[in-house]
Amino acid sequence: MLVPIKWMSQYVDINTDEKTLADKLTLTGSHVDSIINNEREVENVITGKILEVVKHPNADKLVVTQIDINDGEPLQIITGAKNVKKGDVVPVALEGAKLPGGVRIKKTKFRGLPSYGMMCSYEELGFEDKVIPKEFRDGILILPEDTEIGKDVKEVVGLNGKTLDIEITFNRPDCLNIVGMARETAATLNTEFKFPNIEIKNETENIKDYLNGVEIENEELCSRFYAKVIKDVKIEPSPLWMQRALMDAGMRPINNIVDVTNYVMLELGQPLHAYDLEKLNGRKLIARRAKTGEKVITIDQNERELSESMLVIADEENPACIAGVMGGFNTEISESTKFMVLESANFNPKSVRETSKKIGLRSEASARNEKPMHYKMAEFASQRACQLIEMIGAGVVVGGYMEAGKSEYIPSIVTMRPYRAAELLGVEIPVEDMLKSLNSLEIKSTFDGEQISSEIPFFRADIVEEADLIEEVGRMYGFENIVSQPLQGKIKKGRKSLRREVEDEIKNIATGIGLYELTTYSFISPKSYNNICASEDSELRKYIRILNPLGEDYSSMRTTLMANMMDVIQRNSFRGVEGAKLFEVGNVFIPLQLPITEPPMEKSKLCIGLYGKYDFYDMKGVVEAILSRFGIPISLKPIKDNQTFHPGRTAGMYLNDECIGIYGEVSPEVLDNYGLNHSVYLAEIDIEKIVECKDTNWKYEPLPKYPAMTRDIAVKVKDEVLVGDMEETIKTINPYIIESVKLFDVYRGEHIENGYKSTAFSVTYRNKERTLKDKEVESIHKKILEALETKYGATLR
Amino acid sequence: MKEQLLNVKMEALKQLMECVDASDIERIRVQFLGKKGELTQLLRSMGSLSEEERPQIGKLANEMRELIENEIKEFKEKVSSRACAEKLKKETLDITMPGNVPEIGRRHPLMKVKEELETLFMNMGYDVVDGPEIDTVENNFDALNAPFDHPSRDWSDTFYLADNLLLRTQTSPVQIRVMKEGKLPIRMVSAGRTFRFDDVDDTHSPMFHQMECLVIDKGVTMANLKDSIDEFVKQLFGSEMKTRFRPHNFPFTEPSAEVDVSCLKCMGKGCPSCNGTGWSMELLGCGMVHPNVLRNCGIDPEIYSGYAFGMGIDRVTMVKYGIPNIRLLFENDVRFLKQF
Repeated sequence: MLVPIKWMSQYVDINTDEKTLADKLTLTGSHVDSIINNEREVENVITGKILEVVKHPNADKLVVTQIDINDGEPLQIITGAKNVKKGDVVPVALEGAKLPGGVRIKKTKFRGLPSYGMMCSYEELGFEDKVIPKEFRDGILILPEDTEIGKDVKEVVGLNGKTLDIEITFNRPDCLNIVGMARETAATLNTEFKFPNIEIKNETENIKDYLNGVEIENEELCSRFYAKVIKDVKIEPSPLWMQRALMDAGMRPINNIVDVTNYVMLELGQPLHAYDLEKLNGRKLIARRAKTGEKVITIDQNERELSESMLVIADEENPACIAGVMGGFNTEISESTKFMVLESANFNPKSVRETSKKIGLRSEASARNEKPMHYKMAEFASQRACQLIEMIGAGVVVGGYMEAGKSEYIPSIVTMRPYRAAELLGVEIPVEDMLKSLNSLEIKSTFDGEQISSEIPFFRADIVEEADLIEEVGRMYGFENIVSQPLQGKIKKGRKSLRREVEDEIKNIATGIGLYELTTYSFISPKSYNNICASEDSELRKYIRILNPLGEDYSSMRTTLMANMMDVIQRNSFRGVEGAKLFEVGNVFIPLQLPITEPPMEKSKLCIGLYGKYDFYDMKGVVEAILSRFGIPISLKPIKDNQTFHPGRTAGMYLNDECIGIYGEVSPEVLDNYGLNHSVYLAEIDIEKIVECKDTNWKYEPLPKYPAMTRDIAVKVKDEVLVGDMEETIKTINPYIIESVKLFDVYRGEHIENGYKSTAFSVTYRNKERTLKDKEVESIHKKILEALETKYGATLR
Repeated sequence: MKEQLLNVKMEALKQLMECVDASDIERIRVQFLGKKGELTQLLRSMGSLSEEERPQIGKLANEMRELIENEIKEFKEKVSSRACAEKLKKETLDITMPGNVPEIGRRHPLMKVKEELETLFMNMGYDVVDGPEIDTVENNFDALNAPFDHPSRDWSDTFYLADNLLLRTQTSPVQIRVMKEGKLPIRMVSAGRTFRFDDVDDTHSPMFHQMECLVIDKGVTMANLKDSIDEFVKQLFGSEMKTRFRPHNFPFTEPSAEVDVSCLKCMGKGCPSCNGTGWSMELLGCGMVHPNVLRNCGIDPEIYSGYAFGMGIDRVTMVKYGIPNIRLLFENDVRFLKQF
């Protein structure tokens, strides 16, 4: 919120410079984001009165003016501005003047005639377009007629002082206004706070003669409605001081009535709305739910369709305003308005928020109405507006008011035990200091020797229990003044779960062998399941849908990490990265039933993706390297019916007949779906199973004392015979002596008939207790050959 | 005889001086010390000497042989080291040619920072606890004392999967889970994925990461909270870092504060990137656990108190590595990942 210090200082004594003020406010909880300097770089710009305007003899679009600057001869200035006329008082930048943005004014010639300066617009004086009054947006700033001539514009226009930009927390809507911040400032600086002195001088006649009543039909959406009537309304621009105050607080001046309502809203936090009394059917205002299908044209001249969840303020027939959000066009005040009703009301914050969202409108007023306002403030604000209307001569206040809803306020009492404050804050604050802090915040507090009793003022609905009061005294004492103290207690090292240890180990191995870790979204596009060719009845398609996704592409909670992996591979490939080894550890979401009513299972998965100069066996190597560190005996089975993968190049990983993962080459159809023209290898492994079955109880085994012997064996077998099966067969011939079996060559081609292959193994023999003899090895080697012959029809090569 | 011996020595030394390679030396050895070598032959003729001369000449001859042998050995070494030097000279490599670098993988920067933070807290005695990404409205909002009309509960702020289920908007529900288990005291951290209804832009992402810390025990105070955070900030960013506690508001803590740390660019001196304040804003939010939260989890706030704090891991990562755009973290461009 923007708080011009000048404005705030009407209600609080500020005894320090802006920087210190900002720092102090920040440390008591009103975070000052920045200090805006209103002074701007303006020099040598003074007020001048236009004495004469004549057409430029040589240019259609220019005029030659003579300007009295109260310093001898009038000044000749040539301008293209359309909105100036004889008698206007304007800001004049003299020769050598400085304007914001490093602009310097020099004497120039326009089509042969000299010009000794420039008349300035608000924009040229450094104002943002959004706060400049409409009538001055495209022209010169015209000052009030009675402005003294020859005065420094900085003084006249009030280009001085600083504005604080303050972040107000959710619990302190009472600070979303100048007076509220003045109260905080007073407590922070330990100076005096003065609530505006609200006094209406002349009230005439009685409201009953003008308004037939105000009613609340739906109290759950509107708890208080307070109305005043103004007669003899005269719509014109508001005085310069009010316009400038609004502008410094970030609002654009409109006209005197609107400006007064905005001024009061900024000052007290209470949004107000003005209706043209004569346009209200039945001269009545009723707060009620909109009827389905009911429509209203709002002041921005858009027709809005309403629904029953919205509150409207209606006359006897039609909605006149979307309550707390935006007024209606038909009952809006205008140049012709003579009688006006001023509404000050408390609406249900949630309803205002939802309505403004539904309609797609958010204004300063709706933003304030989205926070709980107190009904006491409704009355103050209405009175204050009347006072200002009277003061600036915008109308005459009619006596009396009409109201509906709650009007009585009984303050609640909250107690605090000083020792509890000390226990929670870790510092002993003297009771007198606590009382002083609370009272300076207008929380009337007394101490009875045991506890502090606080009467909670109407604007502090956030204080409901002891902890809230402790926060108040704590922040006023200053968190920075609390001396740090180390935690007491048993010393121990933290732990993490077994699953996390496994995950972290997997990540270490994976990066160790050259894989890059990914982080991708937990939600994916439902189309992804088509892209990876998940079959119609695939479990992967039983996903949880986000009810309100950011978009279709983010609407499915993933049941696999493979789709994200394909997306990342696609992105990198399209961006010209020739190859990559990637992995991600992340959760998939498995519903227990659909639609879900209870939390789903979240299963941790490892996904690996390779593309580029890699093949199936690289993927197999990566998977084996990782699994080998967990001592899990995996058996492989070819997988031929998973549509994501190539039917002949895919392995299922089995642990006790349970499939715990899959890896292989991605099917051409999937590649096609992702627009890729190179092979991709994917793996997805269930981490929970690794956690369950891991055996990493590594134990020392004595190093071999006796030498090993190695014999090679090469046999010819049919193509479809699996090397893995042959290896298994070889090992089982004599597991005690055969230390290892390694495939070192597979050959197809010349000298081998079609449909056959030559496979060569290197077999290592060792006896742990003694040196092996050639004969023994020969005999085992022979048995190997026999076994391969009988089992696989192998022939020695 | 003596003269002959001296001549042989002179000749041997002279020849050695002239030899170039190992074969020259071998030739000289054979010529003088071999079975038919000059010195050997001289020694053989010692029999013709008188009794008095024999020991004298014998001694001299042995000396000669030793001398020549030593010289030969020395020259041999010299020659071989010369040859070796020449060989090494020819074997020069262009050391500026590329090395055969074994490929090393990379941790994702976010995960790296997450684990660093977890490890840091584990070393300070906090257990690392994980929680589900899909949690209940109860754990994510109700039990955390979030007002029922709080805008963060809206469909426009939070992703819902059912009336009572959502994608957690913070890691705080893990606190609730741990507190409800009822094992006191508690010292825990929890880091992970969190979700909010934010369109993707330079600084927002519908999925981001948070880390949460909770301590519950008897007699835990705000002074303890300050100490823990100071310690943590110093470990994370260095011992010269300072912290500033600004009162703030969170539904689940009371009192609450936001913590600023010294501006990383100017280390607190004040520079344009910190608006001259010397503080870099809002590293983390913290506070004393709200009594309602304790009550909601069956813990008596009259007996136990505690503190909690949390921060965005994405932001810490971006500050730490100077990453300007949050999108980079989730695009997973290999050229990006390679940088960390």
